[in-house]
Amino acid sequence: MKSTVKRLVSATAAAALSLGIAAGAQAASHSETFKIGVVTFLSGGAAESFGVPAWNGGKLLIDMLNKGELPAPYDQKGFGGLMIEAIEIDEAGGATKQVQEFRNLVQREKVDAVLGYVSSGDCLAVPPVAEELKAFLVLYDCGTPRVFEEGSYNYVFRTAAHAAMDNISLAKYMTSRGIKVGSFAGVNQDYAWGHDSWADFVASMGILMPDAKASTALFPKIFAGQYGTEISAVMREKPDLLHSSLWGGDLQAFMLQATARGIHKRMQVALAAGDHVIPQLGQKMPDGIILGARGMNGLAAHAKGGELVDLLWDRYKAEYGVFPVQAPFRMWQGLLGVKAAVEKAMKANGGKKPTAEQMAAAMKGLTWEAPSGTITMALGNGHQAIQPNAIGTTKWDEAKGEMTLVDVEYYAAECVNPPDGVKAVDWIKAGFPGAKCD
Amino acid sequence: MDLLLVILVDGLIYGAWLFIVSVGLTLVFGVLGILNLAHGSLYAIGAYSTATAVGIYFAYGGDAFPLGSYAVMALAAIIVAVVIAPLLERGLLRHFYHRDEVIGVLVTYGVFLILEDAIKLIWGVDPLFVYEPYDLLGMVEAGPLFYVAYDFLVIAVSAITGFAVWYFLNRTRRGKVMLAVIHDREMSQTMGVNVDKVFLLAFGAGVFLAAFGGALTAPMISVSPGIGVNVIIVAFAVIIIGGLGSIEGAALGAVMVGISRAASVHLMPELELFIIYFVMAVVLIFRPEGIFVRTQTRKI
Repeated sequence: MKSTVKRLVSATAAAALSLGIAAGAQAASHSETFKIGVVTFLSGGAAESFGVPAWNGGKLLIDMLNKGELPAPYDQKGFGGLMIEAIEIDEAGGATKQVQEFRNLVQREKVDAVLGYVSSGDCLAVPPVAEELKAFLVLYDCGTPRVFEEGSYNYVFRTAAHAAMDNISLAKYMTSRGIKVGSFAGVNQDYAWGHDSWADFVASMGILMPDAKASTALFPKIFAGQYGTEISAVMREKPDLLHSSLWGGDLQAFMLQATARGIHKRMQVALAAGDHVIPQLGQKMPDGIILGARGMNGLAAHAKGGELVDLLWDRYKAEYGVFPVQAPFRMWQGLLGVKAAVEKAMKANGGKKPTAEQMAAAMKGLTWEAPSGTITMALGNGHQAIQPNAIGTTKWDEAKGEMTLVDVEYYAAECVNPPDGVKAVDWIKAGFPGAKCD
Repeated sequence: MDLLLVILVDGLIYGAWLFIVSVGLTLVFGVLGILNLAHGSLYAIGAYSTATAVGIYFAYGGDAFPLGSYAVMALAAIIVAVVIAPLLERGLLRHFYHRDEVIGVLVTYGVFLILEDAIKLIWGVDPLFVYEPYDLLGMVEAGPLFYVAYDFLVIAVSAITGFAVWYFLNRTRRGKVMLAVIHDREMSQTMGVNVDKVFLLAFGAGVFLAAFGGALTAPMISVSPGIGVNVIIVAFAVIIIGGLGSIEGAALGAVMVGISRAASVHLMPELELFIIYFVMAVVLIFRPEGIFVRTQTRKI
């Protein structure tokens, strides 16, 4: 009896399998998917601030795209009708590991595109491999200008502006809001991000507020956690303005320790990329802090509003219980950029799934609308995006019980990004020639 | 004058914190002969447990008596020690006491990796905040600056902890038994000392001190994955300067590192990272085994 049942099950399974294979073969062209590798920090120091919220936003948007829930021009399901199949990879582990993971994604998983990388180190290490493999790579987050200022690629694109914009905008905010700055100090992390941010800010202030003097520049090591001595040093100096590009747990710890000592009452505090700690700090982020979000992202985008922003803002809040900060916005502009490029390429090739070459050709110099404004691949010979930026000042809304941004200043992309072929630092030092500000 | 005072205060605050996070490490090495690389994870577990326990305390009416949160912090560290120390010491470390010290390092490195993942499994990757105890005591004016009074509480707790450990080891019978075990394990055993019990007690004290360091730090920071990794590096510098296994050495090492780092931040900020290891290098040139390591008798 037992063996009869066994034989029956085997026969049924074999029949089902063969029928399935046959059906699958016939429907292959209809069930084709677009495989995209998404690489971001799912563990480690940058996960909670950047990687996890970005991937939360990514999952949400991919689901909405596959269901065709976005308004025009993104109302076609998936990417040009191809259902999006995402494979997420943890970015933790360093550049060597990421190079190997990238090879795995392209050669073993056979992804059609890779979207990823928060770490500047990874953004510098992976592009040469993408070129070697002729694989379509979109860098969605990292800030180092060096990727396209020092390199040239055919298959590599970055859909977010590089970091110079953050500090140029911050300096412009001081002038446009009439903030008096006689001297300014900085607390930035002791690695490329912190040093570059401070250098860009000092250079911008040198042009926009030449009388303002740069005083103490402190560079505590990344993930230091204890900032008591740095806070004392800055408070002793009594500058009018404190600039910081700290992020994640470092920024949270710094704000907890600095505000407890009343630093914000003694000087103006300006955080180049500080919006992402608001969900965690809540009211521990005091009123009156000048805040950037590396683009017109998060609270600044919400303050401006728009169909796409409002839809994604509400869905993200409903799904995760917090508002989307800068990281999901950059993920969204990256995914929508890939969608725009794929659909443009499909239009040109008769509706077939595009090759890496076709996608690269379509993305070069592309312009598309994102929740963070109009994105244009204007730099790096059409491979590096520029985007508008916004800076505002924190104000707790007692009635709603949430943080808002007030006195928000919006900056056009061409106002705070250098023209193509000019290094950001040279452009700043030359006095922003050709800047198109409203 | 103001600058000297600020450097001294900043240095003592940082040094007190350094001492509290490194004294357990040196105690465990002194007694068990194991360089516990998992010390940073135990510190992190102390911080996470405190964040959870104090959060619960305030969620269930702790606002009526906020100072009670300090007792909750200490209690959280005790619970961590009571739960984890027997598991690690009885379940794992005792099998390696007679092996080479390098084996102990490798084993505790394995424990460190396991605990780091366990932290993520239990508490996730989102940060925890427990800033209420940090603000409770208000601010204190010291020279030209204002400090959070909690920082001075850490100095006081650190001094009391150091004295308590020293008093226990040098002035109590149990402490003297522990010193005897440190000096000669086999002879102590021959004299009827329950060495297993001494080891468990010492390791439990080490775990408590690590967790207590985390508990004291939790209100000042965002408690998130990886906080233990950075602590262990600087804690090693402190106990190497003072001499591995020396409580007095850990205290002196912490104060030296704290004040030299504060002086560097105020006077030559570009040397902030370098100065800690510079102090260590200078000490090791003149005292290759650290400041307080006693001359070792060689057994034949």
